[in-house]
Amino acid sequence: MKKIFGRTRSLRGVDTHYCQGCGHGVVHRLIAEVIDELNIREITIGVTPVGCAVVAYDYWDFDCVESAHGRGLAVATAIKRLQPDKIVFTYQGDGDLAAIGTAETIHAANRGENLTVVFINNTVYGMTGGQMAPTTLIGQKTATSPLGRNEKTEGYPLRISELLAQLQGVYSVERSSTDSVQGILKTKNAIKAAFKNQMENKGFSLVEVLSACPTYWVLSPVESLDWIKNTMSKVFPPGRIK
Amino acid sequence: MAYIKLDREKCKGCMLCISVCPKGQLKEDKGLNKKGIRPVRFLDKDCSGCAFCAIICPDCCIEVYK
Repeated sequence: MKKIFGRTRSLRGVDTHYCQGCGHGVVHRLIAEVIDELNIREITIGVTPVGCAVVAYDYWDFDCVESAHGRGLAVATAIKRLQPDKIVFTYQGDGDLAAIGTAETIHAANRGENLTVVFINNTVYGMTGGQMAPTTLIGQKTATSPLGRNEKTEGYPLRISELLAQLQGVYSVERSSTDSVQGILKTKNAIKAAFKNQMENKGFSLVEVLSACPTYWVLSPVESLDWIKNTMSKVFPPGRIK
Repeated sequence: MAYIKLDREKCKGCMLCISVCPKGQLKEDKGLNKKGIRPVRFLDKDCSGCAFCAIICPDCCIEVYK
């Protein structure tokens, strides 16, 4: 008998604080697996966000820097420019990358910094209690949109990946989903490609991952994956954007 | 025959593995773990070692042997 699947070296064997069925755990594991497969654990520096994944550095066994809310790409820019031989990536949620950090994100992308970004889109602010995010869908009920998001007063869901794909400095943008086993495998490939782009000095690569937040969607974990597949994927269609 | 090792104490009981297992080899346990939730139990009768359960597990509780 041979072990064909187990915890990878870069992922610490500690319990995470995430809720049951949370997509963060899956994406943490995928990043750790990609880093080990590319054999870059010793030269990787992760930049962790503010949000649910704020203590991701406790779960990964490689160097990490905590950034101020939304400023992950500004911090990552500094690290990469000072230590160009290191592999630098940011891990950011939608409240971090698409709300408070929109300016930093757009300008880092426009400068074409040679960085990898893993962007977790779960349409709500999970850490602070499930408030409406820029990515919240029309009609979706959250703590601050109890009647559902209304496009007349709150605007439309922000498709930040499509927005960034317009910029000349951006090398690749891909959106994938963690709604199924196939989706998770595709997400891993996308993350791996984004890290490889950085290793080959190709430039700014972003992977948007549609991730479940069962607690604040008020659904069971299994229903959450169905919701990603049937509702969220219509507004944020997975696939290669650039 | 393939089998999995499931970390009962790490399991948060999201039941995603049960929903993806093509052979129906995973079931909700009747007992509680130290977290106070009902974890998943492996039946160990007809596992094919596809690792779908391990891939979808958000908490990396499952090891697959084949």
